[in-house]
Amino acid sequence: MSDEEDDLILDELDDGELVLQMHDDLYDGMADEIAEAVHILLKRKWTPYDVLTKALVEGMRIVGIDFRDGILFVPEVLLAAGAMKKGMHILKPLLIETGAPQLGKMVIGTVKGDIHDIGKNLVAMMMEGAGFEVVDLGINNPVEDYIEALKRENADILGMSALLTTTMPYMKTVIDTMVEQGIRDDYIVLVGGAPLNEEFGKAIGSDAYCRDAAVAVETAKEFMARKHNRAG
Amino acid sequence: MPDKTLVIACGALAREVLALIELNNWQHMELICLPADLHLRPDKIPDAVEAAVLDACDKYSRIFVAYADCGTGGLLAARCAALEVEMIKGPHCYSFFEGNEAFAARGEVTSFYLTDFLARQFEAFVIKPMGLDKHPELRDIYFGNYEKLVYLAQTEDEGLTRAAEAAAARLGLDFERRFTGYGDLVAALADVSSQVYK
Ligand code: B12
Repeated sequence: MSDEEDDLILDELDDGELVLQMHDDLYDGMADEIAEAVHILLKRKWTPYDVLTKALVEGMRIVGIDFRDGILFVPEVLLAAGAMKKGMHILKPLLIETGAPQLGKMVIGTVKGDIHDIGKNLVAMMMEGAGFEVVDLGINNPVEDYIEALKRENADILGMSALLTTTMPYMKTVIDTMVEQGIRDDYIVLVGGAPLNEEFGKAIGSDAYCRDAAVAVETAKEFMARKHNRAG
Repeated sequence: MPDKTLVIACGALAREVLALIELNNWQHMELICLPADLHLRPDKIPDAVEAAVLDACDKYSRIFVAYADCGTGGLLAARCAALEVEMIKGPHCYSFFEGNEAFAARGEVTSFYLTDFLARQFEAFVIKPMGLDKHPELRDIYFGNYEKLVYLAQTEDEGLTRAAEAAAARLGLDFERRFTGYGDLVAALADVSSQVYK
């Protein structure tokens, strides 16, 4: 980056330019700049919800596309996610105060035997950004932990992640147990992770396989809308 | 068609396959390798393997794919079946080097594995692609949930053992060395080799 850009004064940009600059800064994983820009937008009377969705979530959506297309790899995604996290940290208490929309509650975790969590964390963050409440069970989760958390949290959605071909079948164990206990249809079950595909998602009885975090958010919204229509 | 077998291997297995060819004097067996960094993008493996198979199939009486599933979620196996070529059983090389059964039985979750290849190429195949050369602060995001680095050694090599030990220290993990030899790779290649002369 040139010195000129280094000296860029964020507060001198108009709103539109600043948001575009934030998309760039997220892309480059520049956490401090993101925090500064979030404060500026809030000072300009943007709602926390608009800062979150128009600046941060949209920026991460672009990162997600370039990751999918092989332009970015894992470290860049991690740095971008770190920057977004810093922005969300500022916004979170304000979002609660201002009563931003709550779309539903998701319990998410990586399945037993697997400790890959980068994709899972990204999905959790983007779901939160979209207005879902997320309970993250972390890694290496046995079926009991998922089911206990679903009940305890009165959740709407179960999200399971697996990155190993040896651990992806465990998702079926979880879903089969839910069927046995007669609670399968009480929840929307979304699954993801690089080695999975749509066919696998169907075969194990999930509601949907989601290729990435953006698809996860859209799918979750769709299923929640259907759920409400049914209930209403 | 000459009575020759081609092994299409992951680049991370090149030395090991060559060592077995030499050791067993499998003169009818030849090797080509695909880039080892494909394992970081397993979705590209089935197409790459297919292209190599199609390129070679009229020059060899038999082709063997020296890849395990490698995170293709069964897609490589499906592709190999469609191409009527065999591949190595198991999820990945860490598993078949130890022996698929033994690896599964161990049920280890919080270990990170190095093979001879990865011990030798730690910088190029772990540190760089994970961005740890430029961003060492990411280390614990990647490895925070791991307890030990297990070096699955294919050969007795003091230098590699020391390199693996240094890698463990760099990742902040305990170190253990397990000698595996070539594991299930031996039987898989021996099987291909013998079938040619049936
Ligand atoms: C980064 C990585 C690691 C990191 C993990 C760090 C961490 N904290 O997670 C490190 C280096 C530590 C690691 C370790 C290992 N890894 Co690894 N790893 C990868 C790699 C390169 C990228 C995975 C990743 O994080 N991608 C980035 C994220 C953003 O993408 P994602 O996970 O796919 O998630 C997206 C979608 O899939 C989806 N999604 C994901 N989860 C969910 C969940 C829900 C509910 C939804 C809706 C969507 C969704 O949305 C996400 C965001 O868009 C993959 C190869 C690959 N390209 O996939 C290998 C890979 C998964 N690893 C593999 C292996 C073998 C291992 C090790 C055994 C290697 C070793 N040397 O010991 C250990 C595993 C030990 C264990 N017990 O788990 C293999 C798996 C092979 C197989 N047959 O299954 C792969 C395929 C590489 C390979 N070919 O060898 N790994």
